[in-house]
Amino acid sequence: MTTISLDAARTALADACREVADATAADAVDGVPTALVARPGSTEETAAVLRAAAAQGLTVVPRGQGTKLGWGRPPESADVVLDLSRMDRVLDHAAGDLIVETQAGALLGDVQQTVGSAGQRLALDEPVPGGTVGGMLATNASGPGRVAVGTARDLLIGCTVVRADGVVAKAGGRVVKNVAGYDLGKLVIGSFGTLVVVTEAVFRLHPVPAARRFLTVPFGAPEDASALVQAVVHAQVVPAAVEVEERADGSGTVGVLLEGTPAGVEARTATARQLLGAGTEDAEQPPSGWGVLPWTEQAGSTGLKLTCALSGLAPVLTAARRAADEVGVQLTVRGSGGAGVLYAALAADAPVDAVAAVVARTRAVCTEHGGSLVVLDGPAAVKAGVDTWGPVPAIDLMRRVKEQFDPERRLAPGRFVGGI
Amino acid sequence: MSGTHGTQTTAGPVLGDTPPEATSATGEAGDNAAGIEAVGRVARTVMPETGVIADPTQLRTYECDGLAHYRVTPALVVLPETTEQLAAVVKACADHGVPFVARGSGTGLSGGALPRADGVLVVTSRMRTIREIRRADQRAVVEPGVINLDVTRAATGEGYYYAPDPSSQQICSIGGNLAENSGGAHCLKYGFTSNHVLGTELVTPQGDLVQLGGLAPDSPGYDLLGTVVGSEGTLGIATTATVRLVRLPEEVRTLLVGFHSTDDAGAATSAIIGSGVLPAAIEMMDALAIEAAEAAVHCNYPDGAGAVLVIELDGAAAEVEHEYALVERFCQENGAFELRLAIDATERALIWRGRKSAFAAVGRISPDYIVQDGVIPRTALPEVLRAIAELSESSGVRVANVFHAGDGNLHPLVLFDGEKEGATEAAEQVSGAILDLCITHGGAITGEHGVGVDKAAYMPKMFTDDDLDTMQLVRCAFDPGNISNPGKVFPTPRLCGEVPGKRKKAHPLVEAGLADAF
Ligand SMILES: Cc1cc2nc3c(=O)[nH]c(=O)nc-3n(C[C@H](O)[C@H](O)[C@H](O)COP(=O)(O)OP(=O)(O)OC[C@H]3O[C@@H](n4cnc5c(N)ncnc54)[C@H](O)[C@@H]3O)c2cc1C
Repeated sequence: MTTISLDAARTALADACREVADATAADAVDGVPTALVARPGSTEETAAVLRAAAAQGLTVVPRGQGTKLGWGRPPESADVVLDLSRMDRVLDHAAGDLIVETQAGALLGDVQQTVGSAGQRLALDEPVPGGTVGGMLATNASGPGRVAVGTARDLLIGCTVVRADGVVAKAGGRVVKNVAGYDLGKLVIGSFGTLVVVTEAVFRLHPVPAARRFLTVPFGAPEDASALVQAVVHAQVVPAAVEVEERADGSGTVGVLLEGTPAGVEARTATARQLLGAGTEDAEQPPSGWGVLPWTEQAGSTGLKLTCALSGLAPVLTAARRAADEVGVQLTVRGSGGAGVLYAALAADAPVDAVAAVVARTRAVCTEHGGSLVVLDGPAAVKAGVDTWGPVPAIDLMRRVKEQFDPERRLAPGRFVGGI
Repeated sequence: MSGTHGTQTTAGPVLGDTPPEATSATGEAGDNAAGIEAVGRVARTVMPETGVIADPTQLRTYECDGLAHYRVTPALVVLPETTEQLAAVVKACADHGVPFVARGSGTGLSGGALPRADGVLVVTSRMRTIREIRRADQRAVVEPGVINLDVTRAATGEGYYYAPDPSSQQICSIGGNLAENSGGAHCLKYGFTSNHVLGTELVTPQGDLVQLGGLAPDSPGYDLLGTVVGSEGTLGIATTATVRLVRLPEEVRTLLVGFHSTDDAGAATSAIIGSGVLPAAIEMMDALAIEAAEAAVHCNYPDGAGAVLVIELDGAAAEVEHEYALVERFCQENGAFELRLAIDATERALIWRGRKSAFAAVGRISPDYIVQDGVIPRTALPEVLRAIAELSESSGVRVANVFHAGDGNLHPLVLFDGEKEGATEAAEQVSGAILDLCITHGGAITGEHGVGVDKAAYMPKMFTDDDLDTMQLVRCAFDPGNISNPGKVFPTPRLCGEVPGKRKKAHPLVEAGLADAF
């Protein structure tokens, strides 16, 4: 932006929103500098900001706490950061109906605390702590618990969004069962801020189980990990989570979470111990690293999300390990073996070509097993030199959806699949 | 009017004596006859002669779905056997500006599969192959015409089943389930169709084939699959579905509990859910519904009950044991006077027979009836049930209640005798007032039967113009020519701007002077 247009933009935004500030270096979006930060306090103010941005031809990147702002590709431009952190209220917890209505800028932790007081939870893990509801939705973040209750798409029952043209729209509602109209909430989940700005969300809740037990057992080879996972998912132990962790040296652990009533968990633990075999340990607290994204443990490393059909677990683990070994890059994997969603980290010092090679070879195997591989996070050089999103079926249809919602490409342009 | 389900409705445009052919939702016979001809020619080249129906008498077989009050004879019916055949027909429709409507088993209760007089009905009943049961992956891949219950049957031997279980599961198709985001009694615990369909191959309204989702979760990009599920055939036709298979539970306990009133049964429901127990199902029937079920299937429900709950607990044996003790206690604390536990599969089937036959059974006690489908927050149950009783009393229209109590999905059955002067109108009024009650209590105008043609007019009561307009952005992305089941779901179609391909004349709304082209 030129100085003159920056002045005009600042004035226009200040008319629309009470809190507008010049951006600092810390506001850069994945390395892309931004000029202004607008912090609306309501859906109406958010709409006014977007209308002003439209009038001024500004690009806008929505932000919660910024914990996952580096995921996806860096945007082509980010004139304005639309910071939702002032919209941080949990609006209504209807305990009897097991639902919660919240502003998008509310911390997931605050939502959990509110509903927890009634013995309930929003059954979503928080792989990156400190984030907001909006950020969780935009990135479709999930953790170990997805085996039992699924992900945001299984829990979001309504939302209020602001379109790129400033129009406010609602979809869904406040009841768990509802088939009136299109389920726009689904489109919003995992859209990385490129479609609309979410300002409010309604979720269904679950009761907090009275008891839980974490079982862990070491495994030697990927085939063993797969055999353990298969044994658990086909048995009658009803696991809440089935995790697989493979450390840099190739040694690994399968982890199983059982939740329920104290007596029930006790009995299922005994069964699960038998299935998992010698060396199984159990504890009431999670083992260290449970649900932590491997690349967040080492600054500058590259973060991958790998998916596959359950039967693809061993081939995918094997392919990733082999590819990493061949180019001499350190690899750690952790994720939901029971859901077919793994996260992997490639060490910070890995050369770009080496990362690209591991990505390409592992992606081929993920695809062969009905899944995909996405480079979620990583250093700028890696993102620049690697096909981060990979091939996406139905990309033309996705482009058309984007064109309908945001024809001027105002929202986080370039951050998403196929340059959307 | 016959005594089957859905013989009447109030929710939508009340068509009365006007033949539906004349309404904008159904098109006009003879319109674009050349287009229909052309599609017919394409259809005959790509599929066997028996798969293309143009004979007027035969066409009439398809004139309605489960909402038999609306009837429209389609211009052409095709029954493709393969995805390629189906796509070729849709492509021809796109090329010639001919609207098409998908149809599975035709059991829909909102007129979603109501044909267009100026269009093609694409029936999936010859696409019934279960392609794969992938036990290791806990998935099945099936064709759209596959019957819901057949997926479970095919997976049972492997210890698995397909969880969403609409009462129509013996006849309805997976494609129809996908399009309606159908629910069932066990969705309280296991979720709806949208939670169980993980992938679909879709023929877009342009006739292109796209794969959305698949065996693995979280496909990169927008969750178009999530939007297609529940879109009532307006975004294209699903030619496969990849569905989740769920492990058959170790233990199942089915209870039948008698209460003196719906208030007591409602309070017991709230106590159970509030305690953290999540049964697979909690279904309620009131006295009138019980009377009907007794007359029809002699299910031997508790004598003199003002309401019964059918509660099913399932899961790991140790958990079910514990939950059963809690449920028993909550029922007793809330005035249950009889509690029966099914001791074997036969008894369980008998308990469910009463519930599952309830819609049809109402035909035994009333010549005609309307099946309503609305949702309220569960905590509003007692209040709304009382309001429905008052409505019934003040209007003299009998209402039987059968519903998914666990998730607040009501199915009031509004009884009337169409032969009696003014009875139809009175019933329609009560049925509409019930929907209004749902809306004022923060609920939804449909929980599982869909909007279709029946409730399109009610959409503006639940959504603003901006909400509806935003939904239609999706439709414009998928179907800019507005040929995929047009006239359903939305009261007024959005004009999609640039329409690729042919456009023969101005948009009907523009022609009618109801909208400006922009
Ligand atoms: C006695 C009875 C009980 C019922 N109980 C329940 C219940 O418990 N829960 C419930 O949710 N519903 C219930 N229903 C309603 C109905 O059975 C469901 O909506 C069912 O999913 C419809 O399936 P179908 O194959 O008959 O679809 P159809 O009626 O043929 O079509 C329904 C809609 O789906 C579209 N469609 C069909 N196939 C495709 C496809 N392949 N791709 C895209 N769109 C498609 C059609 O265009 C139409 O809009 C009941 C109906 C009856 C008659």
